[in-house]
Amino acid sequence: MSDVGQPSILVEGLTKSFGQVHALRGIDLSVPRGTVLGVLGPNGAGKTTAVRILTTLLLPDGGRALVEGYDVVRQAAAVRRTIGLAGQSAAIQEELTGRENLHIIGRLYHLSWQQARSRAVELLEQFGLSDAADRAAKNYSGGMQRRLDLAASLVGRPRVLFLDEPTIGLDPRSRLGMWDIIRSLVADGTTILLTTQYLEEADELADEIVVIDHGLVIAAGTAEELKGRAGGDVVEFTVPDRSRVGEAAAAVAGLGEPHADPETGMVSIGVGSRGSDALIDAVRALDAAGVATRGLALRRPSLDDVFLTLTGHAAEEEEQSAGRRRGRGRRRDSADTSAGDRVKAAS
Amino acid sequence: MTALAHPVEAEQPSLRVRAGWAVTDTLTITRRNLLVWLRVPAFLAFTVVQPVIFVLMFRYVFGGAIRVASTGGYVDFLMPGIVGQTAAFATFATAIALAQELKKGVIDRLRSMPMARSAVLAGRLVADTGRMLVTILIIIAVGYAVGFRFHNGVGPAIAMIALGTVFGLAIACISAFTGLAIGDEESVQAFGLIWIFPLTFLSSAFVPISSMPGWLQAFANNQPVTYVIDAMRGLALGGPIESSLWKSLVWLAGIFVVFIPLAVRAYRRAS
Repeated sequence: MSDVGQPSILVEGLTKSFGQVHALRGIDLSVPRGTVLGVLGPNGAGKTTAVRILTTLLLPDGGRALVEGYDVVRQAAAVRRTIGLAGQSAAIQEELTGRENLHIIGRLYHLSWQQARSRAVELLEQFGLSDAADRAAKNYSGGMQRRLDLAASLVGRPRVLFLDEPTIGLDPRSRLGMWDIIRSLVADGTTILLTTQYLEEADELADEIVVIDHGLVIAAGTAEELKGRAGGDVVEFTVPDRSRVGEAAAAVAGLGEPHADPETGMVSIGVGSRGSDALIDAVRALDAAGVATRGLALRRPSLDDVFLTLTGHAAEEEEQSAGRRRGRGRRRDSADTSAGDRVKAAS
Repeated sequence: MTALAHPVEAEQPSLRVRAGWAVTDTLTITRRNLLVWLRVPAFLAFTVVQPVIFVLMFRYVFGGAIRVASTGGYVDFLMPGIVGQTAAFATFATAIALAQELKKGVIDRLRSMPMARSAVLAGRLVADTGRMLVTILIIIAVGYAVGFRFHNGVGPAIAMIALGTVFGLAIACISAFTGLAIGDEESVQAFGLIWIFPLTFLSSAFVPISSMPGWLQAFANNQPVTYVIDAMRGLALGGPIESSLWKSLVWLAGIFVVFIPLAVRAYRRAS
């Protein structure tokens, strides 16, 4: 490949509609070689449509997209030789063993019988599936199936890897395992475009993040830059005695505008860039008012806050079926347990 | 954004290399599909046990009540019909498998790979046709055990089996199209019942058409399954076949011409 300066993935003004639904309304992306772009957005934001166009599965209506310099429309065959794709579900043949799955994929990449076999062994080893190599994939755990699926996407040694919500539906432990694998791929120089609804996933893995909503890129930058846009630091605490929440909020009103939730006893105040000073002021004010608090902490805004600020709705709002409180409410639920982490993050 | 970036020239492998890939990729997909078939007991039951049950059921349950003019009685009349019906029913699996692969993202993965674009469909059709041929041979063996005989020599017997298989392949092309176009396993199955069942049963497969009411005869006499089964019956038992044979070949050619492009298009656009 020629120009070193050319980004691995370049998207300009990409549009795609399905009938009346405008899935993409002109998005631009640029991903340098060997980096991870996290594409963040709620269900239906256009993430999967973008991935499908970049992996030659779907033709765009307008704009253009280059992968490693190849045009996804006019040079689709060359793009396919360059990329790997792992989707939301495990696209493996469940009746076949892990080894057979990878061997068949290897043959379809036109490796010789022997090459395909040793590539399968290599990947099974790398993904901790050697012991399960000769078991039917339908007997694998969800995490193992997803690992096999990711292994399958790597058979052709892609320089660019598209991961469309690679950890959706996985338990936390399997998710951490996937993150480790993804990090090791990046260390080997693979360019990765990762779509996710999980803000912490983008935070953990991505060098750059773009936020897509309703088919448009509404924000782009590093996780830190995006957090900076959510209005700076937040002082947060819980009032165990719910009847005194209002009193506590009044005590700290001098710091900023407090948000108090009488139900959970959670109070938060956006304090901009005043950070530690604001925290000390809060301690004094609460002490003077004589209100007992728990988990008083200063935290940097999370990507959840960013998302809420940018889109006006929480990232997982669309999946609210479980009935759990989302967005700000969810953050409050976890306040007591994670307060310690926040102090650490703030320092 | 970086307006400087320009597409890099892509080197295409030669036509000859790509033609070679089309063959090996088709064989790889065929092998995969046959492996899956061997692994799933339900698939084996569907392709072997069910047709055998049909043979025995029609031979012994309905057979006594159905009067035919054929040389060797109902069992000789029945077997070409059962072969045709079996071939058509075997394509349920074609449609279902493609719909499943589509839903699970298997087809997305394959379409994102540098493999031959034709191989997924071709490999599916080759594997399913092979499977169909095995089933046909098994039910003919079972037919022999319950009294069926070819009366027209080896050549026409082979031609009958070949015609049954090509008929099955034609129906498989329609099924492949429905599987890819509908893309949902249950809907595909339900839809299959709507067209495959009437097409096979409202034909000369199991009963003489003369026993049907007049309005039904009009349909049964002029639909492709009847032509194919009459031709197969002629090949197996002797008797005039020319008219039914050429009519069935024209119909089969027509089905290929219409449904192969439709299935390919559905595969390309699959989402």
